[in-house]
Amino acid sequence: MRILDVRGLVAGYEPGLAIVKGASIHADAGEIVVILGPNGAGKSSLIKAIAGLVPVSGGQVMLDGRDITGVPAHLMVRQGLAFVPQTENIFPLLTVAENLAVSGGVLPRAEVAGRVGEMFAMFPDLARQSRLMAGSLSGGQRQMLAVARALLVRPRVLMLDEPSAGLSPILVQQVFARLAEIRQAGLTIVLVEQNARAALAIGDRAYVLVEGREAHEGRAATLWDDPIIAELYLGQRRAS
Amino acid sequence: MSLQFLLDGVLSGSMIGLGAIGVTLTYSILRFSNFAHGDFMAWGAYAALAVVGALGGSTALKPLSFGLPLLVALVVAMGLTALLALALDWALFARLRARGQSIIVVMASFGASMALRSLLEFIFTSRPTYFSRAIQMAQPVGLGIKITADQVALLITTMVLVTAMALFLARSQRGREMRAYSQNPALAQVVGIDVSKVVRTTWIIGAALACAAGVMVGVLVQIRPLMGLSLLLPMFAAAILGGIGSVTGAVLGGLIIGLSEAAAVQFIGGEWRAAVSFVILMAVLLVRPMGLFGVAER
Repeated sequence: MRILDVRGLVAGYEPGLAIVKGASIHADAGEIVVILGPNGAGKSSLIKAIAGLVPVSGGQVMLDGRDITGVPAHLMVRQGLAFVPQTENIFPLLTVAENLAVSGGVLPRAEVAGRVGEMFAMFPDLARQSRLMAGSLSGGQRQMLAVARALLVRPRVLMLDEPSAGLSPILVQQVFARLAEIRQAGLTIVLVEQNARAALAIGDRAYVLVEGREAHEGRAATLWDDPIIAELYLGQRRAS
Repeated sequence: MSLQFLLDGVLSGSMIGLGAIGVTLTYSILRFSNFAHGDFMAWGAYAALAVVGALGGSTALKPLSFGLPLLVALVVAMGLTALLALALDWALFARLRARGQSIIVVMASFGASMALRSLLEFIFTSRPTYFSRAIQMAQPVGLGIKITADQVALLITTMVLVTAMALFLARSQRGREMRAYSQNPALAQVVGIDVSKVVRTTWIIGAALACAAGVMVGVLVQIRPLMGLSLLLPMFAAAILGGIGSVTGAVLGGLIIGLSEAAAVQFIGGEWRAAVSFVILMAVLLVRPMGLFGVAER
């Protein structure tokens, strides 16, 4: 069942200067979809545009059959779309528990404390530090907190912008293993990544974005060995 | 040597601190220095005066100089001042904020300040007026300090308002949202925080507390259209000294400014009172720009 359907999306920060130039991607229920591409391909801009953070000038974003194109960013969570930005994705001067609770404004008030407890059960490492300022967490813990905060509101689709950025290889493995676990619960995940090998290892399908639109789509398991991909994007990495 | 200046300092510091809460919230959440904030104090005081008049004057609750009508007027005036701030934001600041240039919003607040002040002079004249002309007897409380019942009541009111404000910001969902928004507006939107509600709450709280401070100045000193302007520099000094965004810092900053001013009057001379805020402001900006409770990471 198709959950997220993006058709011919055109978006950019300045009028007339599109960064996303007619991209079309989709994600089915329970899938992990990976978006790869060289620097400047518009990967981050694409998911920010889907999340309502970059002005959209053309195309359509459908979530669960509803048109959510141009819905303001703060209403996307209510539509069922959660987004974890690449950097500055936590509030450093709120405690860990407050970081979770602050996103609970979209839930019925009586549910918030229970959901925070459920997130702490899912991420025990965060529970142990619930009263600490989030700014004192390590890079991996911050990323986990950002993911937990996004999950708190029970989204249909979770979108992450380079969750491995700035993390050590061991932490990258841990973060991706946790994302794979989360998917087991039926959540649909859309992942923008520079770390192609790690992302493809947990992904079901992948798109390669070049110059603001998808240049290739394929199964994540076989994409790494696809010669077209090597030509479009991965050649240098694979050689190394 | 009389220690009366300590009480004077705490009293004026309380009013400065209450006003500085609005200054610090406006700066950290709406990202501009609102030079019209002092005029919310003056408008609040005059609104309370008008309501007291409409209620048929104040029957004093002895030993206080004021009675129930002023308490009712305070609550009504806080609401009216909040409405004034919301109207000003709708008509002026929100439109300019949307253009993304905060210096234009700051300049607009200068203009709004002058307009609000002139309007008060037009309606009420520039002649000072009072909630009550009754003379209160101060009671000695030791160490050569004397205090009136009004002063005790106002100190208690300040403590209640500041405690309520601190609890609101720390415990309530909207309080958390305001703190989150002040740290990272873009992320606040991503987590589903409704910016317009945060902005409205900021104006309501800032204006209501400014009104309370204005009414206190009116009870203890006098009411005049320039009352807010004369407290503007001390309020900004208190907000910056305490650390932008910190309510505790704003109140503590207010108390330090108030005590410093009172000490200057006692030990140097009354003409130096106004210079104290400026000196403290400069010293903080040079030595610790993030203030007492501010943090470098934002």
